[in-house]
Amino acid sequence: MISNLINRKILTLLKVQYSNMLEYRVEIALWAISGVIPFFMLNIWTTNNLNESINISDILLSRYFLCAFFVRQFSVVWVVFSFEEDSLMGKVSPYLIQPLNPFFRYLAQHLAEQITRFPFALIIAFFFFIFNPESIWIPNLGILLLSILSTFLSFLIQFLMQSIIACLCFWTEKASSIERLLFIPTLFLSGLLAPVVSFPSYVKSWIYLTPFPYLIDFPANLLSGNETNIIGGLCMQILWIFLLFPLFKKIWSEGTKKYTAMGS
Amino acid sequence: MNLRKYLKVYKKFLHTSLASELEYKTNILVDLITAILSLVGSIFLLSIFFQNNGYIGGWKFEQALIIQAIYTILNGITNTWFNPNLTEIVKHIREGTLDFVLLKPIDSQFFISLKKINPSGFLEIMLGFLLLFFCIRINQISLNLIFLTLSLFTICCSICILYSLWFFISTTTIWFVKTWNAIEVLRSFLYIGRFPLNSFSFSLRIFFSVFIPIAFITTIPSEVFLGLSELWKILLEAIVAIVFLFTSRKFWLFALKFYTSASS
Repeated sequence: MISNLINRKILTLLKVQYSNMLEYRVEIALWAISGVIPFFMLNIWTTNNLNESINISDILLSRYFLCAFFVRQFSVVWVVFSFEEDSLMGKVSPYLIQPLNPFFRYLAQHLAEQITRFPFALIIAFFFFIFNPESIWIPNLGILLLSILSTFLSFLIQFLMQSIIACLCFWTEKASSIERLLFIPTLFLSGLLAPVVSFPSYVKSWIYLTPFPYLIDFPANLLSGNETNIIGGLCMQILWIFLLFPLFKKIWSEGTKKYTAMGS
Repeated sequence: MNLRKYLKVYKKFLHTSLASELEYKTNILVDLITAILSLVGSIFLLSIFFQNNGYIGGWKFEQALIIQAIYTILNGITNTWFNPNLTEIVKHIREGTLDFVLLKPIDSQFFISLKKINPSGFLEIMLGFLLLFFCIRINQISLNLIFLTLSLFTICCSICILYSLWFFISTTTIWFVKTWNAIEVLRSFLYIGRFPLNSFSFSLRIFFSVFIPIAFITTIPSEVFLGLSELWKILLEAIVAIVFLFTSRKFWLFALKFYTSASS
């Protein structure tokens, strides 16, 4: 009964948000285009033959960056910006009255956006294969399912991290600058710009203890068929979710007590 | 054009926007840390590229640092002036408040391009100059008057090109209303400015000098610093800058004819 109700709520939210997102097709296409940085990075790596020193062939590296692009496309999170705007405008108040945590609404928004984004990402991948026909490959079904799972887990980790920061809006009003701060290690350490294998050993020694390599490097390695520790990676992802979730619940319950309903 | 009037108005702009931005003092601190981390991150990325190679696209590590320095300065300028103002244009057009700007007895492009200022970008500019001075020392560049004027001149040209690009995209808001994501695309392409143009493959090099002149923005000024640049390149950059400024101005005036206001 209860699970049925939750299912219905989530389905309705998803449907509403999906039709909402379909309105913004052009914007989402542009979003997809703005994620092409991994391809430029790939170009630097292959033009200068940098991959020889880290023992990854051209083809595997190009697959890696293509997968990094895909993982990034489906793990982009912007909840802090939405929440900041909503809380400054006082839109959070009606959400708080509803018998559903407002973050479900944002979660549905993100998922709906990912579904809308999917065809555009495919088109970009299609163009990528036209320019790099030798890197075409078909991952086997098991790997594909596992990498979809790990991409989703990566999305959840980022969603939780950003939601925690978003809750800081209850105290500081402008939480997005903290998010921009957190984005820097995400950008440089997640493997979006360079695979983590290529990092110098003084970084590699501690980086696997942070959540960052599990955001893009791990799912991308998994999908592209590069060497990676599948069970270890998935365990670390789940571990981070279990660490972050109670933190989010705590900060949410503390924050809502602080809430002052601005702008309404 | 009454220069004194414009200077006086600009002083007022500075005063009001500084006053409102300094309300968020912790934000400025967070932005400073972000700028430092971002610079550290991109130097780290550069060091990965150079860890087994002496040269990338004909550039040594010490030389490539100059590009980083110039990029940081330009990024600081973008964050100080272009970003806060030109995102405001989008808001003006969407909410129809551009009416009030157009009614003012002052040039509308001047008003919307310089109204706001974000002081945290200053720190980034300073950071960039620090790195630049450091580079001048480690590359043993001898300073003389001709060199200084030339490098200052090329940087000014870069600023003009960068401004025109931002302004051009913001202007398209008049037709498309929501160009927030187009700005995101520009931002991600500008990211390429952190690396020497020669490190890309031939086709991308053409793309980044003809369609989106990112090459002109950072690579040519850096070449001037190293004394590698030929005169025709500097002249070309000046011409590109003038063409861009001129076109963006014309484009703005053209776009205003299509402005139909909103919600009033």
